[in-house]
Amino acid sequence: MRLYCTVALALGLGSVGAASASEDLPRHVLPPSSNGDLVIGLCDGETSIEVAGVKPGDPVSGDQAQKIADALMQEWRRKHPDGAWRVAAADTAGNPANPGPAPATKDQFQTYGAFTDRDRQIWQESTDKLVAEGKRIFHDAKALGGTVAISCDMCHPDGSNTHPETYPKFQVQLGRVALLRDMINWCIENPVRGKPFADDDPRLKALEAYILAQRKGFALDYGKH
Amino acid sequence: MTGSHKSIETKHCEERASFFGDLARLGALSRRGFMKVAGASAGIAAAKGLITPQSFQLVEVAQAQETGAPSFTFAYISDSHLYTRDVNDRFIRSAVKAVEDVNALDPQPDFVLFGGDLAQLGKKEELDLGLQILKGLKAPLKIMVGEHDWFLDMGEHWRTLFGAPQYSFDHKGVHFVTLMSVQEKDFWTAHGMSPAERMQTVAGLDNGLQSRFEVGSEGRAWLKNDLAKIDKKTPIVVFSHSPLYKYYRNWNFWTDDAEEVQALLSGFDTVTVIHGHTHQMLLNRIGNINFYGLLSTAWPWPYAPEGLPKLTVQMNRADPFNAFDGCGDGRMDVLTSGMVDKVYNLWNRNPVTIRSSYLVSGGEKHRPPATALASY
Repeated sequence: MRLYCTVALALGLGSVGAASASEDLPRHVLPPSSNGDLVIGLCDGETSIEVAGVKPGDPVSGDQAQKIADALMQEWRRKHPDGAWRVAAADTAGNPANPGPAPATKDQFQTYGAFTDRDRQIWQESTDKLVAEGKRIFHDAKALGGTVAISCDMCHPDGSNTHPETYPKFQVQLGRVALLRDMINWCIENPVRGKPFADDDPRLKALEAYILAQRKGFALDYGKH
Repeated sequence: MTGSHKSIETKHCEERASFFGDLARLGALSRRGFMKVAGASAGIAAAKGLITPQSFQLVEVAQAQETGAPSFTFAYISDSHLYTRDVNDRFIRSAVKAVEDVNALDPQPDFVLFGGDLAQLGKKEELDLGLQILKGLKAPLKIMVGEHDWFLDMGEHWRTLFGAPQYSFDHKGVHFVTLMSVQEKDFWTAHGMSPAERMQTVAGLDNGLQSRFEVGSEGRAWLKNDLAKIDKKTPIVVFSHSPLYKYYRNWNFWTDDAEEVQALLSGFDTVTVIHGHTHQMLLNRIGNINFYGLLSTAWPWPYAPEGLPKLTVQMNRADPFNAFDGCGDGRMDVLTSGMVDKVYNLWNRNPVTIRSSYLVSGGEKHRPPATALASY
């Protein structure tokens, strides 16, 4: 079983929405320690405790950490006797045909796996944003840095005939093995008559995102001609 | 690429210069001399593994014993998508190359059909340039309009240069009809688009904002009236920019009122539709109507992910490293029966002849060469 503090949840989501204006985010200013012990703040931005006998920078054991967390939560509950609590549902959606080894405990909670449908939605929107940026560049000769008014979509409507699933492959005309990005840059240099993008150029990343997104569902088949 | 690397286009220009240099050395452009050089270059082509170094080599005339001898021929050039010279001269060179191809045909075609999309963004300067290039043709020109010619000024300048976009004429017993099939319902007002934005939107094949192509009720009424006086036994050949059937809606490889147009044509014994826009070898037969798509001189388009007519034999996918590959021009042989055979003169490839009997027989007879490199 896992308990969530609704205040923490609200704060966490709020920070995603205001990610572009980090200077406006609320900050939890911790009170100074009375005797030099470590001060830990709760994510409500108000509550804090001193950890007796632990100085800043000292290692904290798992047991100690649990005690600190429990003490913080107890303090929060004391301040909010009517605070709302929600019990996270255990993940029971497994493959019934292949249940795998029996879990050591009922709870396999890990931070990495603790996401909700709303999280998924936010992540999908972030990904779609990159794909949309790629689509914009794909369709815009100027954004590609082209000099002859040629954009990718003129030969590749909807990213067709870009077959990203076939890379890496030996590109016969180049006489070497090429990645999708090598071919994107080849097109930018030749028909588009622009300068090739550096490997970490956000435009190249966006173009790759768009091209790959157009081929969702196609099986990877590297080396295919 | 290194500085010493020669592009395909440079090589082509050099080979062409050498070819005509040989002709000049023969002393005269006599037919005998020309045949000698053409034969020699064909030999070189064979030695190179059937890659033709020049696209203006003599094309084998289609054998047509079963469906009647050729009564006459006409050539075609299509979808040149011209920018002005200061923006991009690549498509200009391709269009000029096509004009040279057609002028090299011997015997000369009765006329040359231009299949629409002369300009890329409908600009006056682009259309003027296109007319200037097409004036280089020895044979008379017949032209239809494409969406790239139209949606900047709604056809105003195109009409000034070429007249009404719908017209018909009779030639050696065949009734030819040219349709304006790329009308679109107003999508631009609601989006507050400027004429340039409207043109740019229509120019994007995968731009879903625009409407679907149609001949429209006025165009269909004109067609009905035009055909009313024609005997049902007269062979009909229709020119339209968009395919007069429904291939792939998302790319406007499509005419929204195709069925209604087909219904107007279905009463005639022999009907052929020749269309531009799709930039690929494209074949279809619906009812008694044969459909042929034209090649572009500018760039080839991939086959759409769905909706490809069953009778289409795909042209091999194009080599991206060769700006001419997958492009080309061609010729139509109109048989005495009124059927039309079509030669796809694919640059840098063997020409492909499509016999009308292939379409009429539902693919049973005279199947064109199979696809070696299919679409991904």
